[in-house]
Amino acid sequence: MAGEVLIKVEGVSKKFCKDLKTSLWYGVKDLVFGIKGHNSDGELRPKEFWAVRDINFELRRGECLGLIGHNGAGKSTLLKILNGLINPDAGTVTMRGRVGALIELGAGFNPILTGRENIYNNGAVLGFTRKEIDSKVDAIIDFAEIRDFIDMPVQNYSSGMKVRLGFAVAAQMEPDILIIDEVLAVGDVGFRFKCLNAIGELMKNSAVIFVSHSMPMIYRVCNEVMLMKAGKNMIFTNNIGLGVKEYYKLFKKGQENIVGSREAKVESFELISGDQIVHAGGMIEIHHGDSLICNLKIKLEAHIPKASVQLVIWNEEMLPVMDVMSQEKEGFIIDNSENSSQLISVRLTDLYLNNGRHTVSVMINAPDLSVSYCRHDNIAEIYMVLDTASAAHVIYPAKWDVN
Amino acid sequence: MKVQISDLPEKVYSRQNRTNLGKLVADMLADVWSSHFLARQFAKRDISAQYRQSYLGILWLFLTPIASALVWIFLNNSGTLSIADTGMPYPVYVFSGTLIWSILIDAINSPTQSTNSARDILSKVNFPKEALILSGVYKLIFNSLVKIFLLGIFLLFFDVGFHLSLLYFPLVFISVILVGTAVGLFLTPIGLLYTDVSRLITMGLTLIMYLTPVMYGIPDSGLMKIIMELNPLTPLVTTLREVAVGQDVQFLSYFLVLTGLGIVFLFISLIIYRLSIPVIVERLSA
Repeated sequence: MAGEVLIKVEGVSKKFCKDLKTSLWYGVKDLVFGIKGHNSDGELRPKEFWAVRDINFELRRGECLGLIGHNGAGKSTLLKILNGLINPDAGTVTMRGRVGALIELGAGFNPILTGRENIYNNGAVLGFTRKEIDSKVDAIIDFAEIRDFIDMPVQNYSSGMKVRLGFAVAAQMEPDILIIDEVLAVGDVGFRFKCLNAIGELMKNSAVIFVSHSMPMIYRVCNEVMLMKAGKNMIFTNNIGLGVKEYYKLFKKGQENIVGSREAKVESFELISGDQIVHAGGMIEIHHGDSLICNLKIKLEAHIPKASVQLVIWNEEMLPVMDVMSQEKEGFIIDNSENSSQLISVRLTDLYLNNGRHTVSVMINAPDLSVSYCRHDNIAEIYMVLDTASAAHVIYPAKWDVN
Repeated sequence: MKVQISDLPEKVYSRQNRTNLGKLVADMLADVWSSHFLARQFAKRDISAQYRQSYLGILWLFLTPIASALVWIFLNNSGTLSIADTGMPYPVYVFSGTLIWSILIDAINSPTQSTNSARDILSKVNFPKEALILSGVYKLIFNSLVKIFLLGIFLLFFDVGFHLSLLYFPLVFISVILVGTAVGLFLTPIGLLYTDVSRLITMGLTLIMYLTPVMYGIPDSGLMKIIMELNPLTPLVTTLREVAVGQDVQFLSYFLVLTGLGIVFLFISLIIYRLSIPVIVERLSA
């Protein structure tokens, strides 16, 4: 069942200025015209650009919109407009209900004051009354798990503790509209998990806008995504997989990069699948479950008797997804007693990687891993085609049985 | 599907501030009212943080006025300057003058300072901005009470005594703060954009002090008399001092007109401030 529309964004645009002095002068003009009620024609003045351009959408209670895009795509600016911190230069935003923003944790903290005092400061900034804070202060301290230090000045807190306290206060909000900007990427793993649960609770009963660069997080919480580029809405879809794919497409291909002692060298590299052959620097497109053959020609310098070779496959988040080793779970050992280029090949059967672009690195090390002879990153790419949307690194098609 | 009629508060943001003036004023007053807890919290935070890191603490509030008063007392007693009779012991005159002047200056600087110190949260959290101004007023009152207490000790020490006119003191005091804040608030939006403004104000006020009966009275004739009598800060300083020591109020009607104008001006400045904040946030930290 669809809830009531809580956020309505119609043709919203915002321009920024590239030059500070000019920007300040426009600010003075805006002050004067803003007070006189001047109606701007919405044209760009010299040195201005559109930071947000013609954004339209509606969001209902119970929905969560993920806002993705490069740095500087206009996501945070849009959030500021939605939060009423700055006014749009064109268009209208209609927000219904209490707005809670998890943008800055611990706003209003004073480092000299104690944690307890700062709970009141932060709570007041977030719009709580004294009574509300009085009744929630214990819940806040417990949530943050810092009861022993609550009467210590906040300047002596670790940054993680500050964040915990800030989040614990913010988690007490009961918003109709929740705006979240990247704040989750803080704290240790245990607390992050707790945060996610708390946010899950807040989200149940609100319309949520969630800005993140972490696609697994987007998969996890959102049911719609908007991809922004240069202030514009590139794609707005409830197919999260599609949105994320388009997001990754915006990034340029990584450069081939070789590090190490250079005592070893990859002379040639090819990936083969079916009748496709791709050489170093290329991209091979395969389907989920396909197999790959990788041929390598490696040259070691004469004084190196043996070396260990392995491949690493990375996903778009630059996380290693697969380490290709030998049957002994270590690098494949090549012998250089004849001191000539060696042709080796490795067969990767049934690749169950998640969809999207993956990059391959070749690592050539001493057998005891004491020296890195060559690490060749981005030597080639594997594009996995798969329609399933998931945040996992591996999509495993298992056989299930009813017993 | 059943049409839901919801009583959720609705906020509309757009470029054209088509909101009519009546609604604007109503919204502003509602925010001033609803922000008093936040304002008190800000004031409490700043005051306690200020003194927790200092041993001399509130002494700093009157060390500066006392120091400058001592300079003038020395100049007068040593015969370097000859200051005409002020109708009260000169130390009382100059000390009350410097104290009242410092209160007035604080009032003028307070809105810009409060807003400036909240810059980082202004661009991240939406809260009633009026709380900043109100917290400035609270801090001002707290600091001034300490100074006024000291002034009371002076009055006793120099045998001026307490007069019935002291009953008016709180009213006049509030009016001084109100006019000062109104002027400061009016300059805040532009002062936040350009740091030149606050420098100009600081410099200007230092000069204007010499055109105001702070350290010496109004001469009987000449250009200085005309300037000092026209100077709108004159009635503020003299009236507060006169009700404190029990002298006749010289500029009563000028003072009352100023207070009335101050109230109107404060209102206008508050509205301008409210409209300006989004523009300032955008220019400073967007």
